[in-house]
Amino acid sequence: MERVPILKIGDILLVSIQLDMSDQTAVALQEDLAQRIVDTGCHGVIIDITALDIVDSFVGRMLSTIASISKVLDAETVVVGMRPAVAITLVELGLSLNGIRTALNVERGMELIAAAHADELDYQLDDEPDAETATP
Amino acid sequence: MALSTEESGRLVALLNGQDERVTTRWTEIVTSSLRGRLSQAELRRQVQDLHRAIVASGEQGTIDLSADSAAELRAALSELSRGRARQGFSATETTISVFALKDVLAELVQEAGGTDALKDYVAFSKLVDEMGLFTFESFVRTRESLIADQAEQLLELSTPVVKLWEGVVAVPLVGTLDSARAQVVMERLLQTLVDTGSPYAIIDITGVPAVDTQVAQHILKTVVAARLMGADCIISGIRPQIAQTIVALGIEFGDIATKASLADALRHVLRLNGVETARRQPRRDI
Repeated sequence: MERVPILKIGDILLVSIQLDMSDQTAVALQEDLAQRIVDTGCHGVIIDITALDIVDSFVGRMLSTIASISKVLDAETVVVGMRPAVAITLVELGLSLNGIRTALNVERGMELIAAAHADELDYQLDDEPDAETATP
Repeated sequence: MALSTEESGRLVALLNGQDERVTTRWTEIVTSSLRGRLSQAELRRQVQDLHRAIVASGEQGTIDLSADSAAELRAALSELSRGRARQGFSATETTISVFALKDVLAELVQEAGGTDALKDYVAFSKLVDEMGLFTFESFVRTRESLIADQAEQLLELSTPVVKLWEGVVAVPLVGTLDSARAQVVMERLLQTLVDTGSPYAIIDITGVPAVDTQVAQHILKTVVAARLMGADCIISGIRPQIAQTIVALGIEFGDIATKASLADALRHVLRLNGVETARRQPRRDI
């Protein structure tokens, strides 16, 4: 069975989906990703779907599930590189990918995660000064 | 409907016999119907072309407009109607150039007399009618292709996507938004977002004369598609009447930002981007 590679860049995990997703690959990806988030302690997950020609309800649901899993593990998920044709199809189908943040490209996705993470740090610093020593 | 060999022969004889007179009379009738919008010389040339084409196909035996032998005649007729259609003449003004031949023939047949005069004239008339119909059809075809070309050009011209600022693009929509145009606008906007990597798009509807549920639906779809790709859309240029229509129709724009003018929309985006606009002391020239 083919596996989707997960790359670590700084504080972010990058998943580039290059193959047609099947049930098995999707489940494997979810398991691998959850494991990697816990292992690395990353705060952001970027899923790159530039190579996908078709995003159907199955892939949509998989993305939602991954986003939910990451959220539980305190990592922000951003889907990047959706093609115009894919976006139009999704709108025509009435699928809205609820709860998923999107960005135009990987660069913007990283900015988005950095901004979200910075907000969080600010909040912690403002609210409880002790948090500074607690977080490495 | 074809002329028999004898009838064609007589027609050619008639036309050839008084070559000069036929073209002059024919040109006269056409000129009076067009009220001087084409020069006499040009009309005369066209009439001579037709005359020559009829004689040429008649000399090959029977005259049948749909046969191969009449290819030259058909070409002459289509060239005439194409020219007229492009110059903006009406259908009547175009076909009368052909139907004028009937009057000429009537005069000629009457003068020639003979036992078969009436029969001949009816046969000739039928041929002229057929030529007239052919002319009319190619006139309409030319007009239709003109309209199709223009519609395509309009589609191309009317949907520019312009860059307003770093990371901000705008689509000034002008004219009625139907499904075909909305599709083109949507595709072009989304493609531009990808190409330029702009996270903000402003859809300006100042030039859209009316917003109904269908137009709103198209705009909403575009905004949702852009969001799916990770870009934010702002709708601007909503005129007071349009705002009233939108509310009256119960259209919900949800959490999509709407602004009254393009300037407001740009200011909104710049503020989101953290760009400060400062006013300097204006320069005074005394």
